[in-house]
Amino acid sequence: MVGKITIEDLNLWYGQSQALHQINMVIPAGQVTAFIGPSGCGKSTLLRTFNRMNDLYENVSISGKITLNNINLYTPNVDVVELRRQVGMVFQKPNPFPMSIFDNIAYGPRIHGEKNKKILAEIVERSLRQAFLWDEVKDRLKEPALKLSGGQQQRLCIARLLAVNSEVLLMDEPCSALDPISTLKIEELIFELRPKYTIVIVTHNLQQAGRISDQTAFLLNGNLVEFGPTPELFENPWHKKTEDYITGRFG
Amino acid sequence: MLTPKAKERLALIILGSIAVLTVAILAITLGYLLAKGLPAINWEFLSQAPRRMGRQGGIFPFILSTFYLTGVALFLAVPVGVGAAIYLTEYAKVRWLTTTVRFFTEILAGIPSIVFGLFGFIFFVITLGFGWSLLSGGLTLALMILPTILRTAEEAIKTVPYSYREGSLALGATQGQTIWKIVLPSALPGILTGIILAVGRAVGETAAVLLTAGSSVLPPLGLLDSARSLSVHLYILAVEGISTEKAFATAVVLITLVLILNFTATKLVRRLTPQ
Repeated sequence: MVGKITIEDLNLWYGQSQALHQINMVIPAGQVTAFIGPSGCGKSTLLRTFNRMNDLYENVSISGKITLNNINLYTPNVDVVELRRQVGMVFQKPNPFPMSIFDNIAYGPRIHGEKNKKILAEIVERSLRQAFLWDEVKDRLKEPALKLSGGQQQRLCIARLLAVNSEVLLMDEPCSALDPISTLKIEELIFELRPKYTIVIVTHNLQQAGRISDQTAFLLNGNLVEFGPTPELFENPWHKKTEDYITGRFG
Repeated sequence: MLTPKAKERLALIILGSIAVLTVAILAITLGYLLAKGLPAINWEFLSQAPRRMGRQGGIFPFILSTFYLTGVALFLAVPVGVGAAIYLTEYAKVRWLTTTVRFFTEILAGIPSIVFGLFGFIFFVITLGFGWSLLSGGLTLALMILPTILRTAEEAIKTVPYSYREGSLALGATQGQTIWKIVLPSALPGILTGIILAVGRAVGETAAVLLTAGSSVLPPLGLLDSARSLSVHLYILAVEGISTEKAFATAVVLITLVLILNFTATKLVRRLTPQ
């Protein structure tokens, strides 16, 4: 199956300060994996290594290996632009472009060469339907995307990724800026998208991780403390620190 | 001793008077110019060529020359200014390069216009052999407006939220596509504002244009032809005592041109700015 990510002996430094220590894990394809841990533990940093968004910052150095479908991502001949199409990212604060709803979704396919209007319209409809947003916006596709509510904007951002056929969806706390109802809608969406996509979600919300993920990784200070199937990790954690975090003794 | 309320009223009165004073000064100046200049303005004045060195006839060639000169200057300065701004904000990772470029831009911005005129005269007119011409004038004006365009373009580009860029790159766009399709369109209102400011300066520039484009009364037919702009014509009419009335009239036309320009451009910027 496509979309499997393996991480071997990954270390990452911001300048002199080490942010990730010897991470080893396998993210299975077609499932939802959650990263949990207190603020600053490295969850977002780890997430960003999967689509090399860390390259955008200066002073970042890494050692170790990350493979997507058995191809090492950090070799010189990897096309980073194509990687980012395959591995899409949704951010904490929804970031629709200052354009119409239609143009937002069509942006991805257009930059990858699609010019046919009919095909673009089909892609836009398909993506919006997949993101559970079509019914709400089908009559106002030409309106500015910035006029949508927060929850709708976030679903728009997800639809954008679906439009370019990403295999892997990385979500960095996608619901933390949203109200509970929008959060629920997005969780339903994530549930539906699996197993066609591999989804990795960073979340502060333990209940959310418990609800929607198949396996969960608990990170602390840049170390992977525990990684396992969600029900087991939550009910029978191996590590004392995991148990402490989950029960709220620290966070 | 005044109560806080009384102090507030006093402050309001003082500030209000200052505001009124400012407007009054503008109104008086414009009023005086209009009073002296309007009588000489009619369709012939705007559409005909001058006769007898400007004592009679119109200013049409000079309106044309003003447009041409500004056009040449913009043609050169906008791509360079906006291009440099893009480079400085989006691509340049080399700290010393950006600092140097910025430093030189600031110096360029502070040079008095007459010095530009002298430089243009020696370098473009004589050394490069362009003579007094649209080309020499346009090049010199381009140098003068470049800092303004570069600075405002840079500010406009910096204002575009980083999240837009991130969103675009995370979809698999190249940096070039991101800049061209997302960053620049978002920064466009700010960039245009900078261009409007620059045009305002170029249109009013007299000394540098006189020294580089010359003062031919004929409309320029080519880039190497000499050309007299409205501001230069105004200067010559006034200083050589040819016609005070026509000088005022020229001034009114010049100001009207600038006002129309600012008005349409502001409207355009407002239409381009989202929400």
